[in-house]
Amino acid sequence: MTGAPAPLHRSGRAGSPKGPRRGAARGWLLLLPALGAYVGFVVWPLIVGVQYSFYDWNGVGTATWVGLGNYATVFTDPELLGAIGNAFVLLVFFTVIPVGAGLVLATLIRSLRSGGFARASQTILFLPQVIPLAAAGIAWSWMYAQTGAVNEILRAAGLGWLARPWLSDYGTALPAVGLIGSWVLTGLCTVLLLTGIGKIDRSLYEAARIDGAGWWREFFAITLPGLRQEIAVLVTLSMIAALSSFDIIYTSTQGGPGRSTLVPAISIYRIGFTQSDVGLASAFGIVLMILVVACVLPVQRLARAGDR
Amino acid sequence: MNTSRTETLTGRVLLVLALVLTLLPLLNMVSAALQPADVNPTGLAWPTDPQWGNFAAAFETGHVGKLMGSSLLIVAGVVPAALLAATLAGYALGSLRVRGGGAVLVFLVLGLAIPFESLIIPLYYQAQTLGTLNTRWAVILPLIGLFMPFGVFWMRAHFVNVPRELSEAARVDGAGLWQEFRRIQLPLALPAVSALAILYFLWTWNQFLLPVVLIDNPLDRTAAGALTFFQGQYSLSIPLLNAGALIVITPVIIVFLIFQRQFVKALLSGAVKS
Repeated sequence: MTGAPAPLHRSGRAGSPKGPRRGAARGWLLLLPALGAYVGFVVWPLIVGVQYSFYDWNGVGTATWVGLGNYATVFTDPELLGAIGNAFVLLVFFTVIPVGAGLVLATLIRSLRSGGFARASQTILFLPQVIPLAAAGIAWSWMYAQTGAVNEILRAAGLGWLARPWLSDYGTALPAVGLIGSWVLTGLCTVLLLTGIGKIDRSLYEAARIDGAGWWREFFAITLPGLRQEIAVLVTLSMIAALSSFDIIYTSTQGGPGRSTLVPAISIYRIGFTQSDVGLASAFGIVLMILVVACVLPVQRLARAGDR
Repeated sequence: MNTSRTETLTGRVLLVLALVLTLLPLLNMVSAALQPADVNPTGLAWPTDPQWGNFAAAFETGHVGKLMGSSLLIVAGVVPAALLAATLAGYALGSLRVRGGGAVLVFLVLGLAIPFESLIIPLYYQAQTLGTLNTRWAVILPLIGLFMPFGVFWMRAHFVNVPRELSEAARVDGAGLWQEFRRIQLPLALPAVSALAILYFLWTWNQFLLPVVLIDNPLDRTAAGALTFFQGQYSLSIPLLNAGALIVITPVIIVFLIFQRQFVKALLSGAVKS
């Protein structure tokens, strides 16, 4: 996609200094700062991380080669497997709910006549996306507290028997944390899908109306297929957010109660910095990256396959 | 449109409900922040006697002034450098189309799929080796690298769409590469650069993992990273914790409200193109 055809040399003197590829050396010079920062602080740490993952090392003493031992631990330790499992539960809350809610809200905003209300809605819905995730964690910890708003609303609705400290209850902590993610990501989904709907050819809708299509038929036959690309992007972004979530969980539950909200990023942090098992933490980091790529690639494929 | 009136009404009610749900946690923070600091506050109730002094107390005892200053230092270290590097690289890839640029782009974009969490362990030991651990450089340098894939991608997308005729015309007029970049390309790129600047600002300000891991002293962290400090300090006072958190998120919300068009555009088109 970068390979725009090289313009023809009118003079026929390939490689002349006035040619389209002039200053190739200088071009590379311009790339140098970006590549330097990227290689130095992304690629190199990644290579070092792979190296660490083959060793048993406490961060200060001598490291012992253990081959794939750390990877074997990641895939057999029930605690670490549980963390991966929790990350996949969070996928539902970070991906399915926001994209679903985004579709509904985008359709609703689209049908608004007044531009002012539509614009205000977009701004408000987007707010959670802007604030630090750690602040979202703090805000919601308070919402979920024993004396917090969620329980108060339940009591007011006559559902007081449901009230509980949501984040410290084994059964509810994970979905409660997941809903914080839904809250953060729904606005992004709504706004992106709204832009997508705006690009769909209006005449398709008019044709559907003439054919007597109802709201649902219209949604499934025109809107949804037309948003394929946007949905793929959102699923990709929110999948990465779900699988590598750290900030929200660190500030709201720290992985507890027990291990009920433990996720890979929290495990990596604990194993690496509290338990000083650098090799195992590094291996988990590599596994996390592979997990993200393995989940994201098929989505990208699907989106590409639908390209016309 | 022939949508029935009930349908429209249901739609509006749903939308308003979503807006309330979105705002509720934020408003709830405000109402908690205004309750007496030494009392365990309750849910949604607006305090009868709002304690506006809580904000001052949180600002003072939470060293918020210092924290904000620290965040600004980190932002000042990350944003200009990352912008400059990304713009130059985007120009080289998008406008000059240097040989091998396609491969460089693919190499960089692969970085978009690497979660920060996967790199945090090696970054810690790298900072130790470089002697930057527990200084702001431990966060600044890696962030410049970590922000590079998106930035180069974003700037290249801009430069690729600038008509070739423009730079050809400049060349005919005898402008050198540097002059062409300074006088013609850069002014045209300003909207793209400023959108990227806003994103970089917010991502740096909100960065949590790196400062928490790499900087021991909370007062040297980013504002978001410093929220853990509030949590530790105010673990017993929910009102002060909320007041502190509100102060930290205020600048982000202001920046967002002022620049929301550019911000959303940058985020969305960047996202769609990737």
